[in-house]
Amino acid sequence: MVYPDKAVMEGVAQATGMAEVKGRSLWSDAVTRYSRNRAAVIGLVVLIAIILFSLFGGFFAAWSNEEIDWGRMGNIAATGAPSFENGHYFGLDDLGRDMYARTVQGTRISILVGLVGSFVAVVVGTLYGAVSGYFGGRTDQIMMRTVDILMSIPFMFVLILLLVIFGRSIGMLFVGIGLISWLDMSRIVRGQTLTIKNKEFVEAAIATGVKPMRIVLRHIVPNLLGIVVVYATLLIPGLIITESFISFLGLGVQEPSTSLGALISKGASQMQYGVIWQLGFPLFFFLVTLFAFFFVGDGLRDALDPKDR
Amino acid sequence: MSPILSVQDLQVTFDVRRPGSWPWTPPRKLHAVGSVSFDLAPGECLGVVGESGSGKSTLARAIVGTVPSSGGKILWEGQDLAAMDSTKRRTHRRDVQMIFQDPLAALNPRMPVGEIIAEPLITHEPNTPRAEVKKRVAALMERVGLLPNLINRYPHEFSGGQCQRIGIARALILKPKLVICDEPVSALDVSVQAQVVNLLMELQRDMGLSMIFIAHDLSVVKHISDKIVVMYLGRVMEQADARALTTVPEHPYTQALISSVPIPDPRREKARKRPVLEGELPSPLSPPSGCVFRTRCPKAQPSCAGDRPAMIDLGSGHRVACPYHEAQQVLAAAI
Ligand SMILES: Nc1ncnc2c1ncn2[C@@H]1O[C@H](COP(=O)(O)OP(=O)(O)O)[C@@H](O)[C@H]1O
Ligand code: SF4
Ligand SMILES: [Mg+2]
Repeated sequence: MVYPDKAVMEGVAQATGMAEVKGRSLWSDAVTRYSRNRAAVIGLVVLIAIILFSLFGGFFAAWSNEEIDWGRMGNIAATGAPSFENGHYFGLDDLGRDMYARTVQGTRISILVGLVGSFVAVVVGTLYGAVSGYFGGRTDQIMMRTVDILMSIPFMFVLILLLVIFGRSIGMLFVGIGLISWLDMSRIVRGQTLTIKNKEFVEAAIATGVKPMRIVLRHIVPNLLGIVVVYATLLIPGLIITESFISFLGLGVQEPSTSLGALISKGASQMQYGVIWQLGFPLFFFLVTLFAFFFVGDGLRDALDPKDR
Repeated sequence: MSPILSVQDLQVTFDVRRPGSWPWTPPRKLHAVGSVSFDLAPGECLGVVGESGSGKSTLARAIVGTVPSSGGKILWEGQDLAAMDSTKRRTHRRDVQMIFQDPLAALNPRMPVGEIIAEPLITHEPNTPRAEVKKRVAALMERVGLLPNLINRYPHEFSGGQCQRIGIARALILKPKLVICDEPVSALDVSVQAQVVNLLMELQRDMGLSMIFIAHDLSVVKHISDKIVVMYLGRVMEQADARALTTVPEHPYTQALISSVPIPDPRREKARKRPVLEGELPSPLSPPSGCVFRTRCPKAQPSCAGDRPAMIDLGSGHRVACPYHEAQQVLAAAI
C-alpha cells in the first residue's frame, strides 16, 4: 500500500511538535507585486505626502485660514505675491487671507469628500451587489431594476436641487455624493458575484449547510475585495472632480469652509488682475492629488489581478 | 441490512434557454439524469462510471441537495429527502459530505486551510471552543497526511494532491455517514492518484463510511467499489457487483469501456480485439430515441430506435438496459 508511507508518518510525527508556519495570503502576494511597480509606489508616496500636508500642513502656517492681512489687503496684486518673508508662502487671496492655509483646508475637504463617497460605495455597493447576485432570481431582478432607475436620474441635477433646497452645507454634499456613488459599484460587484457563486468552493459551502448570508460574507465578499478596492480607489478622483464642478458652479462648500474646486473657481475669476498664484497653487494640488489616486488605483489593479496584465 | 441511501427512479432536468431567445419561449428540457435507481448499504462503496457529460456530477448534486430533483425519490435512512423539514434537512447535510473534482477550485482562496477544514464543524456545532476546533482540525490534517503546522497556509501554497487531502479532511471532520467523491483523482497526477485512492479506501474502512465514488475511468472505480453503476447520457446502462460487472459485462457500452482500458502487457494489448467507441457523445438536449447508446453501439439493431429498452434483471443485483445483452468473458482478463 502506498499510503501511509512510513517516512511520511515519521515526518508527520516530527512536524506535530513544530511551530506553525505562517501562511502567505493572496494579499501579501499583492503587496509584493505592488511594490515592484515603480509608478504605483511613487503615486502612493505622493498621495501620503498630500494627505499629511492636508492634515498637518496647518502647523507650519504663519497665518490661519481666517485671519485677514489688513496691511496688504488693499493692494493684493502688488503686495500679496507668495513670499517667505511675510509668511504667505502661497500668497494671499482676494480678501487678504493666507492662500497656504486655505489650500491646506481645501485639500483636506476635497480628499474627505472623495473618501467618504468611496466608503459609502464600498459598504453599500458591495453588500447590495453581492446579495443581489448571490440570491439571484426575483430578488436580483428587483434590486437591479432599482439601481437602473436610480441611475437613469440625472444625478448632477438632483445634487444641485438638494443643495438648493436644503441649503449648501458639507453634510448635504456628503449625502448627495453618497447616494449616487454606490450604484456603479453595486453593478460591478453583482457581475463578479455571478462568476464566484458558480465556483466549487461555494457549492461545497452550500452542500455543508452554511447559511446563505454567511456564504455571502465569508466566501463571496472576500473574493470580491480585490476588484472593490481597485474600483473604490479609482472612484475617489471622480468624486473629487464632481465636488469641484459643483463648487465651480458656486453650489459646493460654503465660506469660510473651502475645497480645491472652490479655490480654483475663485482663482480663475481673479486671474485677470494678475494674481495667478490664487489659481496656480490649488490647481497644482488638485492635479497632483488626482494623478496620485489614478496611479495608485492602476497599481492596485495590476497587483490584485495579475492575469490582466 | 436496510440501506442508508435508496435512490428510486431519480430524474433531474434542467431548463436550458438558448442565448438571445425570447423570455416567453418555453425553455428546452435537458434530462441530465433519467431514472437512476440503486441502494447503498452502510459501509458500502458504490462506483459510478461514465464518460464526461453522462450526468454523474448531477446525480451527486441531487443526492447532496444542491440541485432539485424533478422526479423519483431519494430516501435517506428510509425518509424522503423532499419531504424533510428544515431541521432534519440540516442533519442530513451533516451526514452527507462531498469531495470535488478540481481540488483547488473547491477551496476558498482567501481562507487559510485551518478555517476551510473547520467550516462544517463551525456550521453545525457553533459552540465548540476554539481550542477544541483547532485540535480536531490538526488531528484530522495529520490523519490525511498533511503537516498540522501548515494550518495557517492558504490553498494556493499546496499541490493538487495536498489540496485534495484538505478537501477530504473537510469532508470528514463531522464524521459523516456518506461521502460522495466526484472524480476525486481525475485532476491529479497518476502517481498521486494511487495515494489519494488508497487514503480514501483506508478512511472508508476505518470510519465505516458509506461512499459513492464517481469516475470516468472504470479501472479506478473497480478497485474501491463494491457495486458499480454505468451511466451514459444520464441513463443507467448496467449495474452490478463490481466483480460481476468487470468480469462478465453484459452491456455493449460497459464492454466498450472495459476494452478502452489498456493492458499493461504490450503483447496481449496488441493481440486484443477491442470494440472501440466511435463517434461523439450525442447532445443531451436531443438524445437519440429508443436506446440512447444506439448511435455508437456496435450491436445496434433497427428495433433499438423504438422504445427505451427496459431494465432487465439478471439476478443477484445485476441489471442491464439492453435486450441484446450477452456476457463477454473474453474481456475479463483486460483489467
Ligand atoms: N446547472 C446546469 N444547467 C444546465 N445544464 C447542466 C447543468 N449542470 C449540468 N448540466 C448538463 O447536464 C449534463 C450532465 O452533466 P454532469 O452531471 O456534469 O456530467 P458528468 O459529471 O458526468 O461529466 C451535461 O450535458 C451538462 O451540460
Ligand atoms: S439496446 Fe440496442 S443500441 Fe442499445 S445497447 Fe442494446 S444493442 Fe446497443
Ligand atoms: Mg462531473
